[in-house]
Amino acid sequence: MAELQLKSHRFRAEREADWRRLETLLNRVEKGGARRLNRDELVEMPLLYRQALSSLSMARAISLDQGLIAYLESLCTRAYFFVYGTRARPLERLAGFFTDEWPRAVQALWRETLVSGVLMALGAVGAYVLVARDPDWFYGFIPQALASGRDPMATTAFLHDTLYQKLTGHEALGALAAFLFTHNSQIALFAFALGFALCLPTAGLMIFNGCMLGAFLALFAAHGLAFQASGWLMIHGVTELFAVTLAGAAGFSIGWAVAFPGERTRVDAAADAGRRGALVMGGVVVMLFVAGLLEGFARQLIQNDIARLSIAAVSALVWGLYFYLPRRARPA
Amino acid sequence: MTAVPATAGKPRKPRKPIRPRRPIDDGWREFVTPEGVDLRLKIGTFGERCAAFLIDVGIVAAALLALTLLLVAIGAGTGWKGTGEAATIIWLLGFFLAREAYFIGFELRPGGATPGKRALGLRVAARDGGRLTANAVFARNAMRELEVFLPASFLFATGMGVDAGLIVLGAIWSGVFVLFPLFNRDRLRLGDLAAGTMVVKAPRRVLRPDLAQDGPVMVGAVAFTETQLDAYGIKELQVLEEVLRRADRRALAEVSTRIRAKIGWEAPLEVSDKAFLNAYYTGLRARLETRMLFGHRRADKFDRP
Repeated sequence: MAELQLKSHRFRAEREADWRRLETLLNRVEKGGARRLNRDELVEMPLLYRQALSSLSMARAISLDQGLIAYLESLCTRAYFFVYGTRARPLERLAGFFTDEWPRAVQALWRETLVSGVLMALGAVGAYVLVARDPDWFYGFIPQALASGRDPMATTAFLHDTLYQKLTGHEALGALAAFLFTHNSQIALFAFALGFALCLPTAGLMIFNGCMLGAFLALFAAHGLAFQASGWLMIHGVTELFAVTLAGAAGFSIGWAVAFPGERTRVDAAADAGRRGALVMGGVVVMLFVAGLLEGFARQLIQNDIARLSIAAVSALVWGLYFYLPRRARPA
Repeated sequence: MTAVPATAGKPRKPRKPIRPRRPIDDGWREFVTPEGVDLRLKIGTFGERCAAFLIDVGIVAAALLALTLLLVAIGAGTGWKGTGEAATIIWLLGFFLAREAYFIGFELRPGGATPGKRALGLRVAARDGGRLTANAVFARNAMRELEVFLPASFLFATGMGVDAGLIVLGAIWSGVFVLFPLFNRDRLRLGDLAAGTMVVKAPRRVLRPDLAQDGPVMVGAVAFTETQLDAYGIKELQVLEEVLRRADRRALAEVSTRIRAKIGWEAPLEVSDKAFLNAYYTGLRARLETRMLFGHRRADKFDRP
């Protein structure tokens, strides 16, 4: 009964071999990546993919075989994800990130960085003035647990000792560095992630972070230990505060995009800013890792104020040059 | 409805006109490739995604646990003192790095899915149909810190008085993030929103044999008449296809009886339900496909033939 054979059936019989071929290639790719294919097969892939796509459109128009259409949809989807999937070699990607993408993304956010830095500075100055006038303000800015005895009631000698305390042995240093890193990166991630709520939580976080800094400095300044305390803070603080500022800047860029999306939809604008921000955040985590090392190890091992401050100055210089040195335009 | 007797004397109040309900969302989405073909993807459900996430976290935690046990064993064997500290570092830092590396690493591979997602047939896709970029993968995973691990940290936080109140408030506020996917059509979590991605079902399907391939169009010597073939439309054809593919004997018998009655089939000789349905399927499909080629797509039996 050849004359009764369906058109859709003939359609399938003519193309089935190509679909099967595409399926075999896809099975191999999904197991072990594109390296599983040789050059001919790589060239063949997009052709087979487009063929499958055209089969799918055709099948939808002429065939009522649901099983066939479902199969073609799944086949095309899999091939689509291969053909338009991520193209990245992890190591190359990593190198490109540090030499080019990250500093460029940071540069692009310079306005937000400025705002977030100014907010933090405002917080610091405000808290400093308040605590210098009335030491009771200190308790409002610094949680008891973090202060651990470093409050206006403490004696000068005690405060001095906290700046130069040595932990017993080197054992706890690694754990301390790990703890500080985790803690700081969570704060930075909040500053970033809360930005979408129209920048407000991020702004609050930046100001509050500055307040803590100002309150601490005011406390030590009242005992004539301002210089020593700034060495203690800044050896890692330059890196850490810079990282948190950048995280805030990334948060601001998302919040701004949500508040003022321009001609795009809010969701699209937020997605764009989010992707750029995420790039910055990837680097921020690295910075915080460095800061955690400086705080956990270098600060405990280096007890000299001048040495501490010069490390701070060097790190400020290095980060500044790395991010803001003019770069050649990216080749298109 | 049964509570109100049909003969109730009072005239009924005129009901508010029923608004046409929005069609129930079945999770299928248009997804147009750069070539202009709609691939029709199904959105992964909240439950599937939670399950995938639990599998993934389980894998990471198991790996770290194995590492810790290894360290303890080494410590016990060599008398090394640093075991405790190393274990702390593993859980504080290692957990953070391992989960980030795990999620980002797997989602950057051609599969676009972590083992947990793959187990549930899910994968990550760019919402605009374009290439899934590494930045997008990074962004969606960075946001996870806020969505999942922030509420988790509230769970483990302890405090008294005002602190306790703050912790409860924080937990409620952060709970918003966890449940966020339930409040939008595409089940996007915040990370998906920020990265412009979505999680879709991408199951593998095998090509099943064409039911119309070898089914005879005639049963015995009698062919179906045009009127008999005009009894149903595409929707019924597809239901019939499903029934045939499942090949459940009771369903076959029931459907066959219904169709025989509907088309007034008087069999001159007995054929099995399956053979009858297969024949009717082939005939109906041939008829509908021919009509389709001439530009008439008959949606269901209520559509004019």
